[in-house]
Amino acid sequence: MKRKTGAQILFECLKKEGVTDIFGFPGGAVLDIYHQFKNYNIRHILVRHEQAAVHAADGYARATGRVGVCLVTSGPGATNTVTGIATAYMDSIPVVVFSGQVPTMLIGNDAFQEADIVGITRPCTKHNYLVKNVEEMAITIREAFHIASSGRQGPVLIDLPKDVVNEIIQFNYPEHINLQGYNPTYSGHLRQVNRAFSEILEAKKPVIYAGGGVISSNSSKELSDFAHKLQIPVTTTLMGLGCFPGTDKLSLGMLGMHGTYKANMAVTNCDLLIAIGARFDDRVTGDISKFAPHAKIIHIDIDPTSISKNVRVDTPIVGDVRDIFKKFHVLLEDAGKINWKNKRKSWFAQIDKWKSVHSLDYKQKDTIKPQYVVEKLYQLTDGNAIISTEVGQNQMWAAQYYSFDKPRKFLTSGGLGTMGYGFPAAIGAQVAFPKETVIDIAGDGSIQMNIQELATAVQYKLPVNIAILNNGYLGMVRQWQELFYDKNYAATPLNTSPDFVKLAEAYGALGLRATKPSDVVPVIKKALKSPKPVIMDFVVEPEEGVYPMVPAGAAIDEMILL
Amino acid sequence: MKHTISLLVENKPGVLSRVSSLFSGRGFNIESLSVAETVDPKISRMTILTTGNDQILEQITKQLNKLINVIKVIDFKSNEYVGRELALIKVNVTEETRSEIISIIDIFRGKVLDVSSGSYTVEVTGDENKITAVLDLLRPMGIKEVARTGSAALTRGSKTKTSKGKKQ
Repeated sequence: MKRKTGAQILFECLKKEGVTDIFGFPGGAVLDIYHQFKNYNIRHILVRHEQAAVHAADGYARATGRVGVCLVTSGPGATNTVTGIATAYMDSIPVVVFSGQVPTMLIGNDAFQEADIVGITRPCTKHNYLVKNVEEMAITIREAFHIASSGRQGPVLIDLPKDVVNEIIQFNYPEHINLQGYNPTYSGHLRQVNRAFSEILEAKKPVIYAGGGVISSNSSKELSDFAHKLQIPVTTTLMGLGCFPGTDKLSLGMLGMHGTYKANMAVTNCDLLIAIGARFDDRVTGDISKFAPHAKIIHIDIDPTSISKNVRVDTPIVGDVRDIFKKFHVLLEDAGKINWKNKRKSWFAQIDKWKSVHSLDYKQKDTIKPQYVVEKLYQLTDGNAIISTEVGQNQMWAAQYYSFDKPRKFLTSGGLGTMGYGFPAAIGAQVAFPKETVIDIAGDGSIQMNIQELATAVQYKLPVNIAILNNGYLGMVRQWQELFYDKNYAATPLNTSPDFVKLAEAYGALGLRATKPSDVVPVIKKALKSPKPVIMDFVVEPEEGVYPMVPAGAAIDEMILL
Repeated sequence: MKHTISLLVENKPGVLSRVSSLFSGRGFNIESLSVAETVDPKISRMTILTTGNDQILEQITKQLNKLINVIKVIDFKSNEYVGRELALIKVNVTEETRSEIISIIDIFRGKVLDVSSGSYTVEVTGDENKITAVLDLLRPMGIKEVARTGSAALTRGSKTKTSKGKKQ
């Protein structure tokens, strides 16, 4: 056993957790930690704003399934992480944030760069810690990684006062942790599983409504097997995109406010809704009293608080989605022999009728349609790229027109709806997968919320692609103003955006512009070949809207179609 | 509907704040809250009096269970627990009211803790209804100040819910 400083203990623990990359930004309170990077084989990615550090760690976590890690200094460094932490919290993403803190004897003194970050982040972390003495350092880090990555995953923050980081002790790695009050339920109750299964067998018009929980539990294959064996159509939430192949015959696409006609109609008319790792968010349900009104509801979720929070549930099963699929699988032995395709003939005939309403059709005319850009991105990457998005119209078009066949390929801020998320998240994913194509589908508004990260992408030679659907508006807000506020475009026109091509060049990235439909394909092809980060500036139809759309507060079958 | 919830929590800094900010952040109501160490100094017990319908109460207990520092949540149904709170009441005293006040305090098995020329400070313990009744009776004499603790509660019978903090 060696004597080590708190900072060295931190690195020893990170090594044990298998951490290879940290996104961060240095400062006075974390100088001693940064001093240790040279002694450990952990890569540090210097972002240009701490919010981006958390988004990058979050994108890294979503793309890999591993815990994303970031390191920031005290005070403003720590407070800048709040939006990133809240984003990860809403979407249940495992992230561990280390923040510096002023020395313990100065805490509470309004010291320089002091902020009560533990107090500030209490409501938006799964748990957080202030390490008051160095003896607690190792056990705290172990607990933090365990909490972040187990149960319903989420962000954990650890606040490290400067003196604690400097203290020297005999270091013993804690092999065991004992969290008396934390024991997430993984195993689904067998009686509930059996009950749900017999309801599934009895149902005539079942629909699976799958969410991000299928991805975080790595159960995509199990879901696919299950749906195919029993011939049940699947709709996914925004967070669930990719958990079931978008090109599969059983796929209904996304449901909810901007969901497909077929998905929303199927949910409204089904007799059994099987919710898997989803939480009945208001953007999914619309008017909750008219959501799946004829259906029994089975709800599978690892978080008991999600159950019966928004919707009354007939058969809840608390547990890990993967475990519950395993239990279903055993029951499938006999049921799998029935010809379900035949049995569900009339249900599929009905669904085919809804499918014939092509709710995502659009017409490409003289100006570039944003939908066309996303479709071309899909075709030219064979649907294999990692796509991140900002928030607003760009996010919805990405969700609607890029068909995801695999999980962990779509990174988007679903719950919090954070503009500025997509680009740093793309950087995080590219750090994890240097050889994959990563594209941030952005708007001209939201890209400017973390545009400074171009410097990061250039510095680390990360060939991230940014596709700006440039319509000169804060488009989603403008769309609401068009529909519900008499076209009063208050504060939504963006007529003084920078020249994004020049901006890219100024940072040392590649800038490309497409102004007419015939430019789109060449621009994308050129971007995909570039070893440098690229901004593609697509000048698109300014007042194009996202459709179908369910007006806020309406039932999801009351869609405005294009 | 009023409801008493008892929590066993780790006796650590910030835990009270986690619990109370959960209530405020999710729009739940706290009528009263009391907290103190249990026989095990590493564990504290919080007793929270809250209001809400069944669905809200279900959410409250589930959300509390989700907090890492919360070891156990006990949701008391009426009749299966004993609950007591304590009130200190400073009441005006005159020649005319002195004997009446003393007899009220006697009936409620209270105690006079402090006597001055114009006032008594009395102690009363009991369930919420009893405390309210005492206050109603003393109010005509002129109550100068009141300090109430909020309820502390335990289950009836010999079963304990303190040991083996395993959550459902």
